[in-house]
Amino acid sequence: MSATILNWSITIAQIMLGMAMLCTIFRLAGGPRAQDRVLGLDTLYVNAMLLLLTFGMRSGSTLYFEAALVISLLGFVATVALAKFLMRGEVIE
Amino acid sequence: MSEAADLPLWAALLVSALVLVGAGLTLIGSYGLLRLERFYDRIHAPTLGSSWGTGGILVASMLLFSVLQTRPVLHEILIALFVTVTTPVTLMLLARAALYRDRTEGNADVPPMLSKDVPPTQNP
Repeated sequence: MSATILNWSITIAQIMLGMAMLCTIFRLAGGPRAQDRVLGLDTLYVNAMLLLLTFGMRSGSTLYFEAALVISLLGFVATVALAKFLMRGEVIE
Repeated sequence: MSEAADLPLWAALLVSALVLVGAGLTLIGSYGLLRLERFYDRIHAPTLGSSWGTGGILVASMLLFSVLQTRPVLHEILIALFVTVTTPVTLMLLARAALYRDRTEGNADVPPMLSKDVPPTQNP
């Protein structure tokens, strides 16, 4: 009973997160300016991290947690570097 | 999903509700990113996913693993702490870069610089 409830709710949550990733991919591909694309990439990182966490809850292993931690770290660094590039024209001066 | 068969019903209901609320708010935030008109409106929408969406799914994961292993499993706090600290930093950097680009191009729909920020050579 409880396994069925959990299985269905995690499946619905994964479908919702997949639709959210699709929305950010549309913004990433068709954003009118560069800052829209960077914002879409940042949101895509967050959504992918949440999707990995739901995969970890489904399989019951902590391997997905470490992948989610690495994805959130890399997303922070990538967005800061891209914002710096938009501001100054180069990343490391 | 075989290890979740001995999960009590209240834990399953609570975890399901938290996961669904988190994923739904993330979907609403990403849809707002797709639908809103201006960039400065759009930059507010994904924070719904990085505040309540991340919080809901992380609390659900902590609760599920704590009940399944009958000991406190709290390492998801690392992700929560990291996302809470870094999201305002990245979005403020991005908004300032976008404002700088709009002002350099002379767009009329961004607010002008404050008079104390303008270098004194530009206003005689």
